[in-house]
Amino acid sequence: MGVEQKIAEVIETSNSEFLAECYDLDNVPALGSMVKTRGKGCQIYGIVYVSATHSIEPGRRIAARGKAATSEADVFKANPQLAKLLCSDFKALVVGHSQDKAIYQYLPPSPASIYSFVYACSPAEVKQFTQSLNFLNLIIESRSTVAPDEVIAAFLRYASLTYPAPEEFLVKAGKELAWTLSNDMRRLDSILKRL
Amino acid sequence: MTENEKMNTKLGTVISGSLTQGVHVKLDPARSVEDVTVGRYVAIQGEKKRFFGMITDISLEAVDPSAMVMPPDISVPLIAKVVSGTTTYGKLSVLPMLTISGVAGDTEGPQPAKTVPPHFAGVELASQSDVQMVFGKEDKQRFYVGTPLDMETRICLDMVELVKRSNGVFGKSGTGKTFLTRLLLIGMLQKSRTTSLIFDMHNEYGWEGTSEKDHKVKGLKQLFPGKVAVFSLDEKYDQRRKVKSDFVVKIGYDEIEPEDMQMLRSVLNLTDLAVQAVYELARHFGDDKWLQATLDLFDSGDKEFASKHNIAEGTWKNLLRGLQMLQRFKFLVPHAPENTVTTILEYISHGKSVVLQFGGYDDIAAYVLVANLLTRRIYDRYREMVDIATSADSKKPDQLVITIEEAHRFLNPEISSQTIFGKIAREMRKYNVTMLVIDQRPSGIDEEVMSQLGTKITCLLDNEKDVDTVLTGVSGKSELKAVLSKLESKQQALIFGHALPMPVVVKVREYGSADSYKELGPSSSGDSTRKTDGLDDLWG
Repeated sequence: MGVEQKIAEVIETSNSEFLAECYDLDNVPALGSMVKTRGKGCQIYGIVYVSATHSIEPGRRIAARGKAATSEADVFKANPQLAKLLCSDFKALVVGHSQDKAIYQYLPPSPASIYSFVYACSPAEVKQFTQSLNFLNLIIESRSTVAPDEVIAAFLRYASLTYPAPEEFLVKAGKELAWTLSNDMRRLDSILKRL
Repeated sequence: MTENEKMNTKLGTVISGSLTQGVHVKLDPARSVEDVTVGRYVAIQGEKKRFFGMITDISLEAVDPSAMVMPPDISVPLIAKVVSGTTTYGKLSVLPMLTISGVAGDTEGPQPAKTVPPHFAGVELASQSDVQMVFGKEDKQRFYVGTPLDMETRICLDMVELVKRSNGVFGKSGTGKTFLTRLLLIGMLQKSRTTSLIFDMHNEYGWEGTSEKDHKVKGLKQLFPGKVAVFSLDEKYDQRRKVKSDFVVKIGYDEIEPEDMQMLRSVLNLTDLAVQAVYELARHFGDDKWLQATLDLFDSGDKEFASKHNIAEGTWKNLLRGLQMLQRFKFLVPHAPENTVTTILEYISHGKSVVLQFGGYDDIAAYVLVANLLTRRIYDRYREMVDIATSADSKKPDQLVITIEEAHRFLNPEISSQTIFGKIAREMRKYNVTMLVIDQRPSGIDEEVMSQLGTKITCLLDNEKDVDTVLTGVSGKSELKAVLSKLESKQQALIFGHALPMPVVVKVREYGSADSYKELGPSSSGDSTRKTDGLDDLWG
């Protein structure tokens, strides 16, 4: 296995989520994908629930620059400073952690370390983490994201691809959701229709 | 048991319930409700006890009531798979009937359940060994009658226990009562020291009978030639069928007593006054001569007797019509060459069961007359023998089982208190005589008699009254009612009562194929061969 490629760095952190700035502009991990970073004595797993590209200065709005350009790439060629003035980042919900190779699907004792590197999880790691699906209620109950259902659906679609029989995994995950959402048939129905 | 096998038998978990209503079981999501059927046995593993029960109902439930109003879109296969067993699930009603010990080495047999398993106890399909623990293995006194639904385990009836009380076989026409009765009689011959007297109205038990598929099946005489004798009322019928009966029954006029006429009142359309007139005649001429004397009076057209004894002309004519009907029966003769009762008892004392075939006389009047007349005398003789044996402290005569068909004719509430059959059902157990009643309208049988029947075996019944009558006094009646009404119309029967620890629905064992006869013949172990030495003394 090759050396893992870091994709971002934690710049804001709490027990339940972290914000990471990507090294490459406009190159953010997909919604619902799984990332990992370092905590105190443990590895922390998160699921990307929102990502954005914006100005590095909160007060300074980005202006449109492509009126004269023939292609979008020309905009960057004509304005090389843009790469330094803009940044891409994403937020991830913490869904579990691992310590001494054991996986725990609940919040770690302490948040991810600030400036710790963030890596995308490999398919094997995703598969290993999703052997149990107890963490799904962390996403369902989350108040951080405006569309937890979208995040769950995106994550399950993404995780199912790491299995040889994606359908089987989706049924298992669907049943887990059905238990959690047993009194909310409509919400369950809407998530299942996105799978 | 491997993990895989456990998964295959796991049914669900207990979620609620009570001892009287039964427990509710949430069906395991991996199971489809369509795979579970009413009447199947389940075992529930509690903390200390293992419960044995029967599925009595299956229902569909939803966790979220809104699912009923806005059903999920099951046209999407994923949604269909997800909601089954989670949002919506199957619920089973299980009646725990017995506790069976789950501890190895514990020899205590099954006990009636006096409590229920705890919440979330695991429920599984009963294993072969569970069923065997409850119903016992086929042995020298247990006779295999059939298998539970969807199982291969043999359900056995303890024939020795069975014959100690009167029993009933019920079911509407064409549901297999005759086959079942034939099997029970074979069981008695094979596994117990019982002799039977069978009043065979439709000639189905002695020689060959026919199955619904129109192929011939062997009768008792063919299977047990040494232990069964066929008596016949109708020689001509025997000649037509090319069989030879062991004895041709003739009944003398002198054997018919006024009590017999009382029994025939409804079948001969006699009025109460006509029956009273019979008693009057018997008082005048004597119990053994009244019939001949009356017939002579009719022949001579003498009306003086009637007016002398205050018998109205209408009554006299009514009696005349009734007695003329009796005269049609060729087995009635002025004086019988041999006493039938003595002959039957002789056979019985030698351990031979007697099948009395009615031949062409499949008339209910003939049946009521003969069955009642013979049984009353046999009852008297048996009672006498038991009394003698009791006072002399010697061995009592062996159990006798009298089989009657169309039982409601003998045991209906109006006459059951007067007939001998009502008496046997109520008290003859003490005198080693019991009955096997076969009927298609159990609601016509006196309640008191029904309540005295030890074991009831019932095929499909669909009349509400009949079902209620059969199930009177059984615990879990409403649950069993659901089971009974769902029986298949052939080869299935619900058995409950004295000879079994709990009610059971069986697929009745096969009867009629060459293979089946191998097991149905006389027992090779010699368990049921009788020792008649000494018994003859009783007959003087």
